[in-house]
Amino acid sequence: MADPHSTDRLVAEVTSGNVRAGARLISRIEHAGEGIVPVLQSLYRVGGRSRIIGVTGPPGAGKSTLIDKLIGHWRKRGLRVAVLAVDPSSPFSGGALLGDRLRMTAHSGDDGVFIRSMASRGRTGGLAAAARDALVVLDAMPWDVVLLETVGVGQNETEVMRHASVVVLVQTPMGGDDVQAAKAGIMEIGDVLVVNKADHPDADRTARMLRDVVARSRRLHPDRVWAPPVLKSQASRNEGVVEVTEQIDRFFAVLGANPEFAKSRQRERARHRVGQILRELLDRHLDSGDGAWLDEMSEPLLSRTADPYSVAEELLSRVVA
Amino acid sequence: MNKGNGLKVIVSMIGLDGHTTGGEVVSMILRDAGFEVVYLGVNQTPEMIVDAAIQEDVDAIGISSHASNYPQIERLMQLMKERELDDVPVICGGNIPPQQIERLLASGVARIFTPGSGADEIVDYLAANARKSQAHG
Repeated sequence: MADPHSTDRLVAEVTSGNVRAGARLISRIEHAGEGIVPVLQSLYRVGGRSRIIGVTGPPGAGKSTLIDKLIGHWRKRGLRVAVLAVDPSSPFSGGALLGDRLRMTAHSGDDGVFIRSMASRGRTGGLAAAARDALVVLDAMPWDVVLLETVGVGQNETEVMRHASVVVLVQTPMGGDDVQAAKAGIMEIGDVLVVNKADHPDADRTARMLRDVVARSRRLHPDRVWAPPVLKSQASRNEGVVEVTEQIDRFFAVLGANPEFAKSRQRERARHRVGQILRELLDRHLDSGDGAWLDEMSEPLLSRTADPYSVAEELLSRVVA
Repeated sequence: MNKGNGLKVIVSMIGLDGHTTGGEVVSMILRDAGFEVVYLGVNQTPEMIVDAAIQEDVDAIGISSHASNYPQIERLMQLMKERELDDVPVICGGNIPPQQIERLLASGVARIFTPGSGADEIVDYLAANARKSQAHG
């Protein structure tokens, strides 16, 4: 598949919005197929037109249901919407039960909607390793909006912020007290905070508590141009969903009006993306078992004429001139 | 334990069949055997299942049938051919009577698992017969 003709043809198919070509390419990414990097290189260069919106939150909070309603809203505005929905893989069998699409069946048969489920395959950051490159494909097709749904997360899975321009954090009522809400991790990455299942008696208390924490954070960081709004929704009844879309729109308006803010976000994503690929390349090289390279490293260590710290630094200096 | 080896399959009911237990149990059997299962649930038309199969790029489709929706399964098989998904096998499970089994097999269904079929039978069949896409080498 590495020959340039098939690469060009595939790039042309994907960028013309061919759903089948895009879907198959995502499978090849998941299976780490040969010859993918040249395709991704071309696709990345023509991408950048999709709004990538992350949706995260604990299991059962209503992420998929909210996404279902968000799709409906954006379809009414004539936007074409793709969803990449990640669910966890079994630590025992490696299998998975991907049950996000199930909540979005209202959009079956609509050519303006593409939904792809993906298993996390052992990745712990809330996404799948293949998600990064799958987003490159979806962004190049291109879809106007790409929703990136994480697995149901706990406190520590923040990888979605590295890939999405805006993160919607969906919470349930009964989430604990204000110290829980002030903890580091997931609570810090939401740009729009949504308390779903707003009919629950504790919804108001949870929303109030989140607003208190946002207000506190605002006083500590008065220079920040964006303070996450706290909304209540009942996604299953399509209540409070328009307000979520309005806040997402407002976030993009703020990004547009504050180049420094936008730039800091972009720099952070670039740092992560390039760093991640660099680490992957480095790992692959180290794992390749190239004899000369390993001898060069291990012999001075064995004779104690060098130490692993200086060997690593020397190698790095070859990479970063 | 990992016969599925990342093979991706759809499990779905079809038409107005609301009997979900069988499909959910088979989904768990496949999950535990290393398959990635896209569970579509109820109220799925043949068109919806085919669209999902293309977007998800699955290697096989399992239809749970407990409500005599045989014409819909035949329609699904026809659509699979029209949309060039012939390389993705469709299997059915459920209380399907012998005379219908003949018809469904004739319409292109790859295999039918009637009540009493063992978990291993289903797993082994899919592991051996699911589409071996380019992606799997």
